[in-house]
Amino acid sequence: MTEPRPVSPAASDAAISIKGVSRRFGDAVAVQYVDLDLARGEFFALLGPSGCGKTTTLRMVGGFELPSTGAIYLEGKDVTTLPPYKRDVNTVFQSYALFPHLTVMENTAFGLRRKGVGKAEAAARAGEYLELVGLAGFDKRRPSQLSGGQQQRVALARALVNHPKVLLLDEPMGALDAKIRKTMQHELKRIQREVGITFLYVTHDQAEAMSMADRLAVMNSGLIEDMGAPQRVYDRPATQFVAEFLGTCNVLPIIVDGAGARLPDGNPLVIDGVAAPTEPGWKVGIRPEKLELTPANRAASGANRTTATVTEVTYLGASTEARLATPWGGELQAYRQNTAETVIRPGDQVEVSWHAAQAFLLPPTPTAIATDEEVAA
Amino acid sequence: MRRLSVPYLLGFTGAAWLILFFLIPLIAGLIVSLMSGDVASGYRLTWNWSIYSDIFVNSNVNYALFLGRSLFYGATATLLTIVIGYPLAYFIAFRVSPRWKTPLLFLVLISFLISFVIRTKMWVFLLGAQGPIISFLQSIHLAGPDFAVLGTPGAVIGGQTYNDLAYMVLPIYVALERIDTRLFEATEDLYGTKRAVFFKTILPLSRSGIFSGILIVFIDTVGDPVNAALLGGRNTYNFGEAIQYAYLNLQQYNVAAALSTVLMIALGIILFVYARVFGTENIEDLV
Repeated sequence: MTEPRPVSPAASDAAISIKGVSRRFGDAVAVQYVDLDLARGEFFALLGPSGCGKTTTLRMVGGFELPSTGAIYLEGKDVTTLPPYKRDVNTVFQSYALFPHLTVMENTAFGLRRKGVGKAEAAARAGEYLELVGLAGFDKRRPSQLSGGQQQRVALARALVNHPKVLLLDEPMGALDAKIRKTMQHELKRIQREVGITFLYVTHDQAEAMSMADRLAVMNSGLIEDMGAPQRVYDRPATQFVAEFLGTCNVLPIIVDGAGARLPDGNPLVIDGVAAPTEPGWKVGIRPEKLELTPANRAASGANRTTATVTEVTYLGASTEARLATPWGGELQAYRQNTAETVIRPGDQVEVSWHAAQAFLLPPTPTAIATDEEVAA
Repeated sequence: MRRLSVPYLLGFTGAAWLILFFLIPLIAGLIVSLMSGDVASGYRLTWNWSIYSDIFVNSNVNYALFLGRSLFYGATATLLTIVIGYPLAYFIAFRVSPRWKTPLLFLVLISFLISFVIRTKMWVFLLGAQGPIISFLQSIHLAGPDFAVLGTPGAVIGGQTYNDLAYMVLPIYVALERIDTRLFEATEDLYGTKRAVFFKTILPLSRSGIFSGILIVFIDTVGDPVNAALLGGRNTYNFGEAIQYAYLNLQQYNVAAALSTVLMIALGIILFVYARVFGTENIEDLV
């Protein structure tokens, strides 16, 4: 399926380099090809739906799975085949995997003790990290006596206390309820800044990834479809999958002719800084909040605009969500802040428009691995 | 009101059971031990506490030796069931595919389908002086003409180990099966070698199983007269046999009852000390 690709050498200044890594389980391909470098001190999120290969990628970095091809470097050193206990990475497991027979203190000091740090020294350092995560005074408790959020803090302290080169986090918020999750996100970001350790964070929650990560990669079917700063990936996603996975996105078909790209109703489509595609199959994506709705009585003409009929309006307090039917039988979604003077109602004819900078082209077939540089180019 | 009474009613059944079949016989046994008399003229309660010193000090039967022997055999057999049973339970719990677990557990239990007296008798046949094993060993000159297995402490301990192995395997298996295997990854992630995974994670988390196994096997083997009677000889005469002999043959009911009480107290003390030393403040960790 995948043709062999050249494997680039490890970036020497990267905290971790995953180079051309794939993983098969029998006939199933969990990870097709992953190639990424994490800078030191970076908070990197690996984002994707379940089964996209993000957890398998994380487990290969942790040493729990062996890559079928490719190599993994930790600060320039090849660790591809090293067992977990010989790698300077630690994991916050999805289920926390705290030792039920040990106290909070013993759990936290576990890694240091295995590395041969003396009991008193290990306890002192574990104590510092328990304080960092806000669990001072919980030393003697057992994991079963803690709430989910507290257990997660123990798991975090237990991993961080070892000063790993990279901290792996496998959906750490998965078991927390929404409110605690929000607090923990801030906490986690604060702690990461404080300790300066590189975080590789796996999640399927796009809001979580965007709010915390310095950079993120979106994975689909074992491939990274887009990678970059959250804002860039959101505003200019590389593929339709990424566009739709990161929030909501209107995807419109376009017509390509000698004059350039057009919307299905014939109005020209102009996108800042991007030449119109020449081959068919391309689509255009526009985020619902970027659409401007103005009441209109006649068919709109001009670039980046069309006429639509409002079919459904949902009032959400701060904003209103509208569903619109386009003349060519498509559907659009638009969000508007409830600051506009005009009110829209189902049945209204509106002119839908957007800025040339706020739409993005989506290629016909998903191409793998677009980097910031390529998108900018 | 009605809903509240249900747990108590259910609890009452258990309590009644314990009183009827545990507490009453216990007290009855104690009372019988304090009687004096003989079978012909009958036993009367005389509060004869001196029986407890008599059986150890003034007796022409060396009950202390038999008690020591019983404890030694039981302890050795218990240790052996752990040494053999733990790897067996570990193998079934972690090393075989799920569809083999039930058949293998069934194999562990299959010997229970035959009466243990008959099974032990079969060992007597197999290990006897004219039996196939010793004959074979003698024919290839690995055993001398006087070589014997039966009648030795080894035979008794071996029989007890064989008969009680499943009592050790099953609770350990249950404890191992309950361990979250993700903890093994966590141990390795925190720089624990395979050795540490076993000694720091698996072993402590299966302690409850070992504890239950020891409780069952030790109590069973220390009081057991059958293995010693069938597989042992004059040199392996133990406390269980002595109690049986005092009761059935000598018909000294008071002596037999006193010996039973002594055995029970000895076991109680040993297991209590064991639980204190080995155990934990949290009894729920052990069950």
